[in-house]
Amino acid sequence: MPITTLHADPITPVRRSFLSGFGKITLSASAVALLAGQDRLALVGRASAQTTNNDVTILNSALGAEQQAIAAYQLGAESGLLQKPVLDLAVQFQGHHKQHADALAKAVQKVGGKPVAPLKDYGFPKDKLKSQNDVLAFAATLEKGAVSAYLGAVPILTDRELAKAAASILGDEAMHWAVLRQALGQNPVPDAFVS
Amino acid sequence: MLLVGSAARAADGDPARGEAIYQRCLACHALEHNRVGPRHCGLFGRRSGSLPDYAYSAAMKKYGATWNEETLDHFLQNPLKAVPGTKMGYAGVKDSQERADLIAYLKQATSDPKICK
Repeated sequence: MPITTLHADPITPVRRSFLSGFGKITLSASAVALLAGQDRLALVGRASAQTTNNDVTILNSALGAEQQAIAAYQLGAESGLLQKPVLDLAVQFQGHHKQHADALAKAVQKVGGKPVAPLKDYGFPKDKLKSQNDVLAFAATLEKGAVSAYLGAVPILTDRELAKAAASILGDEAMHWAVLRQALGQNPVPDAFVS
Repeated sequence: MLLVGSAARAADGDPARGEAIYQRCLACHALEHNRVGPRHCGLFGRRSGSLPDYAYSAAMKKYGATWNEETLDHFLQNPLKAVPGTKMGYAGVKDSQERADLIAYLKQATSDPKICK
């Protein structure tokens, strides 16, 4: 997304009200419960070693992306560029990613894998983040990427309950992406399908 | 468009469409920096698993490919099948035209001196 094409001040009163209301919503921890549930982990236990290894790889890829998102929102929150209610929204979204990461790490451990650790440095383009819009646009690219990552994970997770849980997270990431696009003055849902 | 089997040919790809497809990669990858996945700048002609500052899987270190249009096409179609043990837990880009577009974009962007300094 070309950052330079963003509006200078996209948070109109209507959108501000929309964002403020959204920030009061507390998402359920259903994705966490889905991922950490013993029943589906028992199912995973019956899978072959290779397919279970692939599930560990897929879950760890998702975990890595979640850790990156947490770091990105931390950067945004500490940048001083985000104003309320956008700041609150960013913190809320970061909280979702933390819940996703915790659940994914537990799932990896329960299928016998080792959760990946967060990176010390993600090489974020700090020098290009000069406004609230820049931060939101950057976050939107990561959220869109996360939607695609989960879309690329769901069909190949061997355990269908894990796939269901990943789809649940995909839905949450898609909501983040849509809200960020709305805040940027873009069409929040540009297409009927995501890819 | 002439494709050999299901193989994508970057020559048939549209870099502009490929740039849009590359957005799917951004949860883990960036052109300039290592993130969850390795950076893509300098990708073409690079030996797989060879960036000294990225922690590859053992499988990728052993893969022994040099990244070009053909090897990328094979890998991107199904990473977990192409390199069992890769850290890239992703189904792949199944559509050959999308792969051609993505590879055409990667070929252009990863050698662009304005991006890859």
